[in-house]
Amino acid sequence: MDSTVTTGTEENVWGGGNQPLGASYGKLMMWFFLVSDALTFSGFLAAYGFSRFKFIETWPIADEVFTHVPFFHGNYPMYYVAFMTFILIMSSVTMVLAVDAGHKLQKTKVIWYMFLTIIGGAIFVGSQAWEWATFIKGDFGALETKGGRVLQFVSADSGERLALRDFAETLQEERVDHEKKNGIWYYQGDALPSYSLNEVVAGVKSDPNVLIRTELVNEDGHKTVLTRDETLKKLNDATLVVEGANLVRNEYGSRLFADFFFFITGFHGFHVFSGVIINVIIFFNVILGTYERRGHYEMVEKVGLYWHFVDLVWVFVFTFFYLV
Amino acid sequence: MAHEHKLEIFRGLLKFKSNTQKIWGVLTFLTLVTIVEVALGILKPASLTHSYFLGMKVLNWIFIILTLVKAYYIAWDFMHLRDEKSSLRRAIVWTPIFLVAYLIFILLFEADYIYNVYKDGFVKWNF
Repeated sequence: MDSTVTTGTEENVWGGGNQPLGASYGKLMMWFFLVSDALTFSGFLAAYGFSRFKFIETWPIADEVFTHVPFFHGNYPMYYVAFMTFILIMSSVTMVLAVDAGHKLQKTKVIWYMFLTIIGGAIFVGSQAWEWATFIKGDFGALETKGGRVLQFVSADSGERLALRDFAETLQEERVDHEKKNGIWYYQGDALPSYSLNEVVAGVKSDPNVLIRTELVNEDGHKTVLTRDETLKKLNDATLVVEGANLVRNEYGSRLFADFFFFITGFHGFHVFSGVIINVIIFFNVILGTYERRGHYEMVEKVGLYWHFVDLVWVFVFTFFYLV
Repeated sequence: MAHEHKLEIFRGLLKFKSNTQKIWGVLTFLTLVTIVEVALGILKPASLTHSYFLGMKVLNWIFIILTLVKAYYIAWDFMHLRDEKSSLRRAIVWTPIFLVAYLIFILLFEADYIYNVYKDGFVKWNF
Protein backbone atom coordinates (compact mmCIF):
# COMPACT_ATOMS: atom_id res chain seq x y z
CA MET A 1 0.00 0.00 0.00
CA ASP A 2 2.88 2.32 0.65
CA SER A 3 4.48 1.73 -2.72
CA THR A 4 1.45 2.87 -4.68
CA VAL A 5 1.59 6.48 -5.74
CA THR A 6 -1.78 8.13 -5.91
CA THR A 7 -2.50 11.61 -7.15
CA GLY A 8 -6.21 11.91 -6.53
CA THR A 9 -6.87 12.23 -2.85
CA GLU A 10 -10.59 12.92 -2.93
CA GLU A 11 -12.56 10.69 -0.65
CA ASN A 12 -14.72 9.03 -3.25
CA VAL A 13 -14.79 5.61 -4.86
CA TRP A 14 -13.31 6.64 -8.22
CA GLY A 15 -10.76 9.05 -6.88
CA GLY A 16 -8.18 6.34 -6.32
CA GLY A 17 -6.23 5.64 -3.19
CA ASN A 18 -9.08 3.94 -1.38
CA GLN A 19 -9.36 0.26 -0.59
CA PRO A 20 -12.83 -1.10 -1.23
CA LEU A 21 -11.85 -4.53 0.15
CA GLY A 22 -9.97 -3.11 3.09
CA ALA A 23 -6.85 -5.03 2.20
CA SER A 24 -3.51 -3.84 0.87
CA TYR A 25 -2.26 -4.53 -2.63
CA GLY A 26 0.21 -7.21 -1.49
CA LYS A 27 -2.33 -9.05 0.60
CA LEU A 28 -4.89 -9.03 -2.20
CA MET A 29 -2.33 -10.42 -4.63
CA MET A 30 -1.46 -13.17 -2.15
CA TRP A 31 -5.13 -14.07 -1.92
CA PHE A 32 -5.42 -13.95 -5.68
CA PHE A 33 -2.54 -16.41 -5.96
CA LEU A 34 -3.92 -18.66 -3.24
CA VAL A 35 -7.32 -18.90 -4.92
CA SER A 36 -5.71 -19.93 -8.21
CA ASP A 37 -3.43 -22.37 -6.41
CA ALA A 38 -6.45 -23.80 -4.59
CA LEU A 39 -8.05 -24.41 -7.99
CA THR A 40 -4.90 -26.22 -9.16
CA PHE A 41 -4.95 -28.52 -6.16
CA SER A 42 -8.68 -29.03 -6.55
CA GLY A 43 -8.05 -30.06 -10.15
CA PHE A 44 -5.54 -32.67 -8.99
CA LEU A 45 -7.77 -34.00 -6.24
CA ALA A 46 -10.79 -34.09 -8.54
CA ALA A 47 -8.72 -36.04 -11.09
CA TYR A 48 -7.77 -38.41 -8.28
CA GLY A 49 -11.46 -38.79 -7.46
CA PHE A 50 -12.18 -39.47 -11.12
CA SER A 51 -9.65 -42.31 -11.30
CA ARG A 52 -10.81 -43.66 -8.01
CA PHE A 53 -14.47 -43.75 -8.99
CA LYS A 54 -13.47 -45.34 -12.27
CA PHE A 55 -11.74 -48.19 -10.39
CA ILE A 56 -13.93 -48.01 -7.30
CA GLU A 57 -13.91 -51.78 -6.73
CA THR A 58 -10.17 -52.29 -7.08
CA TRP A 59 -8.65 -49.16 -5.55
CA PRO A 60 -5.93 -49.86 -2.93
CA ILE A 61 -6.92 -49.50 0.75
CA ALA A 62 -4.78 -46.73 2.23
CA ASP A 63 -4.64 -48.39 5.65
CA GLU A 64 -2.82 -51.33 4.10
CA VAL A 65 -0.40 -49.15 2.14
CA PHE A 66 0.81 -46.64 4.73
CA THR A 67 1.44 -48.80 7.77
CA HIS A 68 4.88 -47.77 8.94
CA VAL A 69 6.17 -45.50 11.66
CA PRO A 70 9.90 -44.63 11.77
CA PHE A 71 11.89 -46.55 14.42
CA PHE A 72 8.99 -48.94 15.06
CA HIS A 73 8.33 -52.32 13.56
CA GLY A 74 4.86 -53.60 12.99
CA ASN A 75 1.60 -52.51 11.53
CA TYR A 76 0.51 -49.01 12.58
CA PRO A 77 -1.78 -47.53 9.95
CA MET A 78 -2.47 -43.79 10.07
CA TYR A 79 -0.50 -42.87 13.20
CA TYR A 80 2.42 -41.35 11.36
CA VAL A 81 0.28 -39.29 8.98
CA ALA A 82 -1.77 -38.13 11.93
CA PHE A 83 1.48 -37.00 13.54
CA MET A 84 2.49 -35.16 10.35
CA THR A 85 -0.91 -33.47 10.24
CA PHE A 86 -0.52 -32.35 13.82
CA ILE A 87 2.99 -30.99 13.14
CA LEU A 88 1.67 -28.92 10.24
CA ILE A 89 -1.30 -27.57 12.23
CA MET A 90 1.08 -26.77 15.08
CA SER A 91 3.41 -24.84 12.78
CA SER A 92 0.36 -23.01 11.47
CA VAL A 93 -0.39 -21.98 15.05
CA THR A 94 3.12 -20.65 15.65
CA MET A 95 2.75 -18.74 12.38
CA VAL A 96 -0.48 -17.04 13.54
CA LEU A 97 1.23 -16.25 16.83
CA ALA A 98 4.07 -14.64 14.85
CA VAL A 99 1.56 -12.55 12.90
CA ASP A 100 -0.17 -11.60 16.13
CA ALA A 101 3.15 -10.57 17.70
CA GLY A 102 3.91 -8.61 14.51
CA HIS A 103 0.73 -6.57 14.92
CA LYS A 104 1.97 -5.63 18.37
CA LEU A 105 5.46 -4.87 16.97
CA GLN A 106 7.14 -7.37 19.31
CA LYS A 107 10.24 -8.23 17.32
CA THR A 108 11.74 -10.95 19.56
CA LYS A 109 8.47 -12.81 19.75
CA VAL A 110 8.07 -12.72 15.96
CA ILE A 111 11.61 -14.12 15.59
CA TRP A 112 10.94 -17.02 17.94
CA TYR A 113 7.58 -17.93 16.48
CA MET A 114 8.95 -17.75 12.92
CA PHE A 115 11.81 -20.00 14.02
CA LEU A 116 9.40 -22.61 15.44
CA THR A 117 7.31 -22.43 12.25
CA ILE A 118 10.39 -23.16 10.13
CA ILE A 119 11.32 -26.12 12.35
CA GLY A 120 7.78 -27.52 12.04
CA GLY A 121 7.91 -27.17 8.26
CA ALA A 122 11.28 -28.91 8.12
CA ILE A 123 10.00 -31.83 10.22
CA PHE A 124 7.01 -32.15 7.91
CA VAL A 125 9.11 -32.18 4.71
CA GLY A 126 11.46 -34.72 6.31
CA SER A 127 8.52 -36.95 7.25
CA GLN A 128 7.16 -36.66 3.74
CA ALA A 129 10.53 -37.77 2.32
CA TRP A 130 10.56 -40.75 4.67
CA GLU A 131 7.01 -41.63 3.66
CA TRP A 132 8.01 -41.54 0.00
CA ALA A 133 11.10 -43.69 0.60
CA THR A 134 9.03 -46.33 2.42
CA PHE A 135 6.41 -46.28 -0.32
CA ILE A 136 9.00 -46.62 -3.10
CA LYS A 137 10.85 -49.43 -1.32
CA GLY A 138 7.68 -51.47 -0.83
CA ASP A 139 6.67 -54.06 1.70
CA PHE A 140 5.64 -57.47 0.50
CA GLY A 141 6.18 -57.56 -3.24
CA ALA A 142 3.56 -58.75 -5.73
CA LEU A 143 3.04 -60.16 -9.20
CA GLU A 144 1.66 -58.23 -12.13
CA THR A 145 -0.61 -59.87 -14.68
CA LYS A 146 -0.81 -59.41 -18.44
CA GLY A 147 -3.62 -56.91 -17.94
CA GLY A 148 -1.57 -54.89 -15.47
CA ARG A 149 -3.50 -56.01 -12.39
CA VAL A 150 -1.62 -56.78 -9.20
CA LEU A 151 -1.67 -60.13 -7.35
CA GLN A 152 -0.64 -60.11 -3.71
CA PHE A 153 -0.13 -63.08 -1.39
CA VAL A 154 -1.64 -64.08 1.92
CA SER A 155 -1.14 -67.00 4.25
CA ALA A 156 -4.02 -69.51 4.20
CA ASP A 157 -4.04 -70.22 7.95
CA SER A 158 -3.44 -66.78 9.44
CA GLY A 159 -4.78 -64.53 6.70
CA GLU A 160 -1.67 -62.35 7.12
CA ARG A 161 0.07 -60.86 4.11
CA LEU A 162 3.05 -62.87 2.82
CA ALA A 163 6.18 -61.28 1.42
CA LEU A 164 7.86 -62.83 -1.61
CA ARG A 165 10.87 -63.75 0.55
CA ASP A 166 8.61 -65.88 2.77
CA PHE A 167 7.87 -68.47 0.13
CA ALA A 168 9.85 -67.86 -3.10
CA GLU A 169 12.21 -70.70 -4.02
CA THR A 170 15.79 -70.18 -5.07
CA LEU A 171 16.29 -71.65 -8.50
CA GLN A 172 19.56 -72.20 -10.31
CA GLU A 173 18.96 -69.97 -13.27
CA GLU A 174 20.77 -67.31 -15.18
CA ARG A 175 19.52 -63.82 -14.34
CA VAL A 176 21.61 -61.34 -16.26
CA ASP A 177 21.30 -57.62 -15.84
CA HIS A 178 21.12 -55.90 -19.20
CA GLU A 179 23.78 -53.23 -18.97
CA LYS A 180 24.74 -50.32 -21.18
CA LYS A 181 28.02 -51.87 -22.24
CA ASN A 182 26.47 -54.96 -23.86
CA GLY A 183 23.20 -53.44 -25.04
CA ILE A 184 22.17 -51.86 -28.26
CA TRP A 185 23.20 -48.23 -28.07
CA TYR A 186 22.86 -46.92 -24.56
CA TYR A 187 19.74 -48.85 -23.68
CA GLN A 188 19.76 -50.28 -20.17
CA GLY A 189 17.47 -52.98 -18.73
CA ASP A 190 15.28 -52.46 -15.69
CA ALA A 191 16.81 -53.38 -12.35
CA LEU A 192 16.03 -57.01 -11.51
CA PRO A 193 13.71 -57.69 -8.57
CA SER A 194 14.95 -59.88 -5.69
CA TYR A 195 13.21 -62.94 -7.13
CA SER A 196 12.48 -63.97 -10.68
CA LEU A 197 8.95 -64.76 -11.82
CA ASN A 198 9.84 -68.48 -12.03
CA GLU A 199 11.10 -68.49 -8.46
CA VAL A 200 7.91 -66.90 -7.14
CA VAL A 201 5.67 -69.20 -9.20
CA ALA A 202 7.61 -72.28 -8.04
CA GLY A 203 7.31 -71.04 -4.46
CA VAL A 204 3.54 -70.69 -4.68
CA LYS A 205 3.17 -74.12 -6.30
CA SER A 206 5.21 -75.92 -3.64
CA ASP A 207 3.69 -74.20 -0.61
CA PRO A 208 -0.04 -75.02 -0.16
CA ASN A 209 -0.31 -72.28 2.47
CA VAL A 210 0.07 -69.49 -0.10
CA LEU A 211 -3.04 -67.89 -1.55
CA ILE A 212 -3.43 -65.03 -4.02
CA ARG A 213 -5.21 -61.87 -2.99
CA THR A 214 -6.69 -59.88 -5.86
CA GLU A 215 -7.35 -56.15 -6.05
CA LEU A 216 -11.11 -56.60 -5.86
CA VAL A 217 -12.65 -55.17 -2.69
CA ASN A 218 -15.56 -57.17 -1.28
CA GLU A 219 -18.61 -55.94 0.63
CA ASP A 220 -16.77 -55.90 3.95
CA GLY A 221 -14.12 -53.58 2.57
CA HIS A 222 -11.44 -56.29 2.34
CA LYS A 223 -9.54 -57.51 -0.69
CA THR A 224 -10.76 -60.80 -2.18
CA VAL A 225 -8.67 -63.89 -1.39
CA LEU A 226 -8.75 -66.70 -3.98
CA THR A 227 -9.00 -70.38 -3.14
CA ARG A 228 -5.99 -72.65 -3.67
CA ASP A 229 -7.31 -73.89 -7.05
CA GLU A 230 -8.06 -70.38 -8.27
CA THR A 231 -4.64 -69.31 -7.03
CA LEU A 232 -2.85 -71.89 -9.16
CA LYS A 233 -4.99 -70.97 -12.17
CA LYS A 234 -4.43 -67.24 -11.69
CA LEU A 235 -0.65 -67.79 -11.57
CA ASN A 236 -0.65 -68.42 -15.32
CA ASP A 237 -1.59 -64.78 -15.92
CA ALA A 238 1.42 -63.41 -14.07
CA THR A 239 4.10 -61.74 -16.16
CA LEU A 240 6.22 -59.69 -13.78
CA VAL A 241 7.52 -59.48 -10.24
CA VAL A 242 6.84 -56.04 -8.74
CA GLU A 243 8.54 -54.71 -5.64
CA GLY A 244 7.70 -51.27 -4.29
CA ALA A 245 6.21 -48.50 -6.36
CA ASN A 246 7.23 -46.07 -9.07
CA LEU A 247 5.38 -44.17 -11.78
CA VAL A 248 4.98 -47.28 -13.95
CA ARG A 249 4.51 -50.21 -11.58
CA ASN A 250 3.07 -50.45 -8.13
CA GLU A 251 2.89 -53.44 -5.82
CA TYR A 252 0.03 -51.92 -3.81
CA GLY A 253 -2.54 -52.17 -6.59
CA SER A 254 -3.78 -49.73 -9.20
CA ARG A 255 -0.85 -47.93 -10.83
CA LEU A 256 -2.77 -44.68 -10.83
CA PHE A 257 -2.74 -44.75 -7.04
CA ALA A 258 1.04 -44.43 -6.97
CA ASP A 259 1.01 -41.84 -9.78
CA PHE A 260 -1.44 -39.62 -7.93
CA PHE A 261 0.34 -40.18 -4.64
CA PHE A 262 3.65 -39.00 -6.09
CA PHE A 263 2.06 -36.17 -7.99
CA ILE A 264 -0.22 -34.69 -5.35
CA THR A 265 1.88 -35.20 -2.23
CA GLY A 266 4.91 -34.19 -4.30
CA PHE A 267 3.27 -30.96 -5.40
CA HIS A 268 2.17 -30.30 -1.85
CA GLY A 269 5.64 -31.15 -0.51
CA PHE A 270 7.10 -28.70 -3.01
CA HIS A 271 4.75 -26.05 -1.64
CA VAL A 272 5.86 -26.80 1.91
CA PHE A 273 9.49 -26.69 0.83
CA SER A 274 9.13 -23.33 -0.88
CA GLY A 275 7.10 -22.15 2.12
CA VAL A 276 10.01 -23.01 4.39
CA ILE A 277 12.42 -21.11 2.10
CA ILE A 278 10.17 -18.03 2.06
CA ASN A 279 9.76 -18.26 5.82
CA VAL A 280 13.55 -18.36 6.23
CA ILE A 281 13.93 -15.22 4.10
CA ILE A 282 11.29 -13.37 6.12
CA PHE A 283 12.83 -14.72 9.34
CA PHE A 284 16.16 -13.09 8.47
CA ASN A 285 14.43 -9.89 7.43
CA VAL A 286 12.77 -9.77 10.84
CA ILE A 287 16.12 -10.32 12.56
CA LEU A 288 17.72 -7.57 10.47
CA GLY A 289 14.90 -5.26 11.55
CA THR A 290 13.56 -4.57 8.07
CA TYR A 291 9.94 -4.57 9.21
CA GLU A 292 10.76 -2.75 12.42
CA ARG A 293 12.02 0.14 10.27
CA ARG A 294 9.08 -0.17 7.89
CA GLY A 295 6.78 0.26 10.86
CA HIS A 296 4.58 -2.77 10.20
CA TYR A 297 4.94 -6.54 9.90
CA GLU A 298 2.52 -7.06 7.03
CA MET A 299 5.07 -9.18 5.17
CA VAL A 300 4.90 -11.74 7.99
CA GLU A 301 1.13 -11.76 7.57
CA LYS A 302 1.44 -12.38 3.82
CA VAL A 303 3.81 -15.35 4.12
CA GLY A 304 1.58 -16.49 6.97
CA LEU A 305 -1.33 -16.66 4.53
CA TYR A 306 0.74 -18.85 2.21
CA TRP A 307 1.80 -21.07 5.09
CA HIS A 308 -1.77 -21.59 6.31
CA PHE A 309 -2.82 -22.37 2.78
CA VAL A 310 -0.26 -25.19 2.67
CA ASP A 311 -1.78 -26.50 5.88
CA LEU A 312 -5.27 -26.15 4.43
CA VAL A 313 -4.34 -28.19 1.36
CA TRP A 314 -2.79 -30.89 3.54
CA VAL A 315 -6.07 -31.24 5.44
CA PHE A 316 -7.70 -32.21 2.15
CA VAL A 317 -4.85 -34.42 0.94
CA PHE A 318 -4.93 -36.20 4.31
CA THR A 319 -8.65 -36.88 3.97
CA PHE A 320 -8.66 -38.06 0.39
CA PHE A 321 -5.46 -40.10 0.45
CA TYR A 322 -5.46 -41.60 3.90
CA LEU A 323 -8.96 -41.52 5.36
CA VAL A 324 -11.62 -41.90 2.71
CA MET B 1 -4.56 -4.48 7.98
CA ALA B 2 -7.22 -5.77 10.24
CA HIS B 3 -6.08 -4.95 13.73
CA GLU B 4 -9.40 -5.56 15.39
CA HIS B 5 -10.05 -9.24 15.89
CA LYS B 6 -13.42 -10.84 16.25
CA LEU B 7 -12.95 -13.10 19.21
CA GLU B 8 -16.04 -15.29 19.01
CA ILE B 9 -16.19 -18.75 17.48
CA PHE B 10 -19.10 -21.21 17.15
CA ARG B 11 -21.44 -18.28 16.37
CA GLY B 12 -20.70 -16.52 19.61
CA LEU B 13 -20.99 -19.60 21.78
CA LEU B 14 -17.36 -19.32 22.77
CA LYS B 15 -15.82 -15.91 23.33
CA PHE B 16 -12.11 -15.49 23.95
CA LYS B 17 -10.42 -12.70 25.84
CA SER B 18 -7.52 -12.17 23.45
CA ASN B 19 -6.46 -13.16 19.95
CA THR B 20 -3.69 -15.41 21.32
CA GLN B 21 -6.23 -17.23 23.43
CA LYS B 22 -8.48 -17.68 20.43
CA ILE B 23 -5.60 -19.19 18.43
CA TRP B 24 -4.98 -21.82 21.12
CA GLY B 25 -8.70 -22.48 21.36
CA VAL B 26 -8.93 -23.10 17.63
CA LEU B 27 -5.86 -25.35 17.80
CA THR B 28 -7.54 -27.44 20.51
CA PHE B 29 -10.65 -27.75 18.39
CA LEU B 30 -8.70 -28.73 15.24
CA THR B 31 -6.71 -31.31 17.20
CA LEU B 32 -9.90 -32.81 18.59
CA VAL B 33 -11.39 -33.08 15.11
CA THR B 34 -8.20 -34.74 13.80
CA ILE B 35 -8.21 -37.21 16.71
CA VAL B 36 -11.83 -38.11 15.95
CA GLU B 37 -10.95 -38.61 12.28
CA VAL B 38 -7.97 -40.84 13.02
CA ALA B 39 -9.93 -42.86 15.61
CA LEU B 40 -12.76 -43.43 13.13
CA GLY B 41 -10.21 -44.31 10.42
CA ILE B 42 -8.62 -46.97 12.60
CA LEU B 43 -11.78 -48.40 14.14
CA LYS B 44 -13.95 -48.20 11.01
CA PRO B 45 -17.23 -48.92 12.83
CA ALA B 46 -19.27 -51.43 10.81
CA SER B 47 -22.44 -49.37 11.25
CA LEU B 48 -20.82 -46.50 9.35
CA THR B 49 -19.07 -48.51 6.64
CA HIS B 50 -22.14 -50.53 5.72
CA SER B 51 -24.60 -47.68 5.45
CA TYR B 52 -24.67 -45.51 2.38
CA PHE B 53 -25.84 -42.00 1.60
CA LEU B 54 -25.97 -40.82 -2.04
CA GLY B 55 -23.85 -43.80 -3.09
CA MET B 56 -21.04 -43.13 -0.63
CA LYS B 57 -20.33 -44.71 2.75
CA VAL B 58 -21.58 -42.67 5.71
CA LEU B 59 -18.07 -42.88 7.22
CA ASN B 60 -16.62 -41.14 4.15
CA TRP B 61 -19.28 -38.44 4.39
CA ILE B 62 -18.25 -37.87 8.01
CA PHE B 63 -14.61 -37.56 6.97
CA ILE B 64 -15.40 -35.05 4.24
CA ILE B 65 -17.65 -32.94 6.47
CA LEU B 66 -15.05 -32.90 9.26
CA THR B 67 -12.45 -31.86 6.68
CA LEU B 68 -14.60 -28.94 5.57
CA VAL B 69 -15.09 -27.97 9.23
CA LYS B 70 -11.31 -27.94 9.70
CA ALA B 71 -10.83 -25.97 6.49
CA TYR B 72 -13.37 -23.41 7.70
CA TYR B 73 -11.53 -22.78 10.97
CA ILE B 74 -8.11 -22.65 9.32
CA ALA B 75 -9.34 -20.08 6.79
CA TRP B 76 -11.47 -18.09 9.23
CA ASP B 77 -9.16 -17.90 12.22
CA PHE B 78 -5.63 -18.67 11.03
CA MET B 79 -5.94 -16.79 7.75
CA HIS B 80 -8.10 -14.13 9.53
CA LEU B 81 -10.92 -14.24 7.00
CA ARG B 82 -13.20 -13.62 9.98
CA ASP B 83 -11.67 -10.16 10.34
CA GLU B 84 -11.82 -9.24 6.64
CA LYS B 85 -14.61 -7.37 4.89
CA SER B 86 -17.44 -9.65 3.83
CA SER B 87 -16.97 -8.68 0.16
CA LEU B 88 -13.36 -9.92 0.18
CA ARG B 89 -14.35 -13.05 2.08
CA ARG B 90 -17.12 -13.91 -0.38
CA ALA B 91 -14.89 -13.31 -3.41
CA ILE B 92 -12.25 -15.65 -1.97
CA VAL B 93 -14.55 -18.37 -0.74
CA TRP B 94 -17.41 -18.67 -3.22
CA THR B 95 -15.35 -18.53 -6.43
CA PRO B 96 -13.43 -21.76 -5.75
CA ILE B 97 -16.43 -23.45 -4.11
CA PHE B 98 -18.57 -22.87 -7.19
CA LEU B 99 -15.87 -23.99 -9.66
CA VAL B 100 -14.77 -27.00 -7.60
CA ALA B 101 -18.32 -28.19 -6.98
CA TYR B 102 -18.94 -28.09 -10.73
CA LEU B 103 -15.68 -29.94 -11.49
CA ILE B 104 -16.34 -32.64 -8.90
CA PHE B 105 -19.89 -33.14 -10.08
CA ILE B 106 -18.91 -33.53 -13.72
CA LEU B 107 -15.81 -35.70 -13.16
CA LEU B 108 -17.34 -38.11 -10.69
CA PHE B 109 -20.39 -38.68 -12.86
CA GLU B 110 -18.17 -39.36 -15.84
CA ALA B 111 -15.99 -41.72 -13.78
CA ASP B 112 -19.01 -43.65 -12.61
CA TYR B 113 -20.13 -43.99 -16.21
CA ILE B 114 -16.71 -45.38 -17.23
CA TYR B 115 -16.84 -47.75 -14.27
CA ASN B 116 -20.12 -49.12 -15.62
CA VAL B 117 -18.68 -49.45 -19.12
CA TYR B 118 -15.81 -51.49 -17.68
CA LYS B 119 -18.20 -53.56 -15.62
CA ASP B 120 -21.00 -54.27 -18.05
CA GLY B 121 -19.54 -53.38 -21.41
CA PHE B 122 -17.41 -55.58 -23.60
CA VAL B 123 -14.16 -54.30 -22.21
CA LYS B 124 -11.81 -56.87 -20.72
CA TRP B 125 -9.34 -55.31 -18.33
CA ASN B 126 -8.88 -57.86 -15.55
CA PHE B 127 -6.74 -60.56 -17.15
